[in-house]
Amino acid sequence: MIGSATGGKQKQIAREEASGIAKWSRNNRRAITSTLFLIVMLIGFTMANPEVFSQFKTYRSVMIALPVSIFLVVPLVFVVTAGEIDLSFPSVVGLASYAFVSIVDQGGDPLVGIAAALLVGAFLGFLNGILVVRIGLSALVATLGMNFFLRGLINILVEGFSIAIPEIRGSFIHTLLTDDTIMIVENQGIPNQMLWALAFTALGVFLYNRHSFGVRVHCVGDNPESAAEMGIDVDRTRILVFVFTGIGAALAGVFSVMINFVWWPTTGDGLLLPVLAGLFVGGTPTWGGIGTVFGGSIGTSIVAFIETGVIAAGLTGFFTQFFYGLIIILSLIFQRFNGGRVR
Amino acid sequence: MNSEYLIELRSVTKSFGNVNAVDGISFGVRPGEVVGLIGDNGAGKSTLIKILSGVHQPDSGQIIVRGREVRNWNAAKSRESGIETVYQDRALAPQQTITRNIFMGREIKNRLGVIKVKTQYEEANRLMREIGFTSKVFDPDSPVATLSGGERQGVAIARALYFDADLIVLDEPTTALSLVETAKVFGFIENVRARGRSIIFIGHNIYHVFDVADRFVVLDRGKVVMTEDKANIPVAEVLIKHMQEIAELGHAADASPA
Repeated sequence: MIGSATGGKQKQIAREEASGIAKWSRNNRRAITSTLFLIVMLIGFTMANPEVFSQFKTYRSVMIALPVSIFLVVPLVFVVTAGEIDLSFPSVVGLASYAFVSIVDQGGDPLVGIAAALLVGAFLGFLNGILVVRIGLSALVATLGMNFFLRGLINILVEGFSIAIPEIRGSFIHTLLTDDTIMIVENQGIPNQMLWALAFTALGVFLYNRHSFGVRVHCVGDNPESAAEMGIDVDRTRILVFVFTGIGAALAGVFSVMINFVWWPTTGDGLLLPVLAGLFVGGTPTWGGIGTVFGGSIGTSIVAFIETGVIAAGLTGFFTQFFYGLIIILSLIFQRFNGGRVR
Repeated sequence: MNSEYLIELRSVTKSFGNVNAVDGISFGVRPGEVVGLIGDNGAGKSTLIKILSGVHQPDSGQIIVRGREVRNWNAAKSRESGIETVYQDRALAPQQTITRNIFMGREIKNRLGVIKVKTQYEEANRLMREIGFTSKVFDPDSPVATLSGGERQGVAIARALYFDADLIVLDEPTTALSLVETAKVFGFIENVRARGRSIIFIGHNIYHVFDVADRFVVLDRGKVVMTEDKANIPVAEVLIKHMQEIAELGHAADASPA
């Protein structure tokens, strides 16, 4: 195309390409900001403790559990962009992975277990959607209620007992999902779950920006009246984001059990605040209409590295929460000055 | 049957309880014509818009599109007939790009729902040029929030054009806009007319409507009290005088019959 162009046309193409980079950085400003923040933070940690942060095993230890958060944060970006919130995901993780672990524990095929977990997650997400969209409850309160209700249901079902499935080790599905395939140093590679989480992030980015579902989520969160006027089924779109979160929570639950070989009645419980913090640190604002899936995954990585970094820097565990808070607030200030809100 | 009109209303009525919001209105819009629909608050303008866009069904009367009566009028038939309504505040999603706003709800996509981003971008670029966007400061990927009020009206008009609207109904498009911004909207309207499309421009600022319309339809208490070509009205003040008489007498003293 460039070969056949005239001189003037070539100039024009060159200018468009130059503005292409500017446009790209403008359109992805939030994700770029959080990525820069992660890099700066890691440089800071490395300066504080070069020995720990120059070793691959430090990064690997974070990458073992980080994927669980990524499977949650990706669909949550859709929920928040649609102008909703879902606080029930920790218990959905618990209940969906209970379905998985029960089937495997009784000698069932792990694939059947995964399918069951996905069904449970999708159904619970659908239930959230009905409560919020059709019955018209506040998403904040309704999903908070669901979180307690479902955790209570788990406790009633198992009466405090956990379920271990050590037999899953060595099975094809376990190898596929959680072994190390890409080796970095001797006997240590990137855990497969990290690759799956990256693939899930890529799928999320594609759905969010290039698929009509994601684009409609943007429009619904930005101006629901206008979206309805233009023929978008606003209720259906809103219910679907809750279903998507249920599916993400089911995947997070399956990976969590696969990594630990144990299902506890508390599985998923500790995820609420770190995942939400990662979501907002990543650059998705609270008011709906815009967000970033890639930034969400970066944000959860920032949160995941804080604890390792604080300990490695020679501080005691007492400092962890202090730095959680500090880094979350700093990164939001970072986003604020680089973002510029339009609403 | 008179087919010089793109769309014609004949003796259309609509009442809510005892209130005759629209009380036997008849008027037509020709292809490539800009009709200024003027009236004070409560004259029946918004009810008439909602009838045109199919939100309300008339109680009685006929709606004739291209010489043929359309029965059981509703929103789908309004859209099928090529009518798009642009509401002042509700039209756009401000944080989304111009492209996303133009294709909202009717994206160009393949069977799997994957959006053809490049096609949409080029189509948006073409539409923006067609209605007269000249600024180099923004492109189809710019968020609508970065545009001025008049330019936002332009995006809404471009969207109506993309849907192949033959008649675009603009509800108070220049209310709350500065003079410069109003001029921009007029520029967009001129380009739409030049393409042979029709516009109904609804407003209560007579000066705004006067500059851009080919013909005026004045409403008062649910009735058309005056229909006049611009050629017969030398300056806006004459129209204002008519309007004042209408407000005082309930009809114009020397206007041609509706």
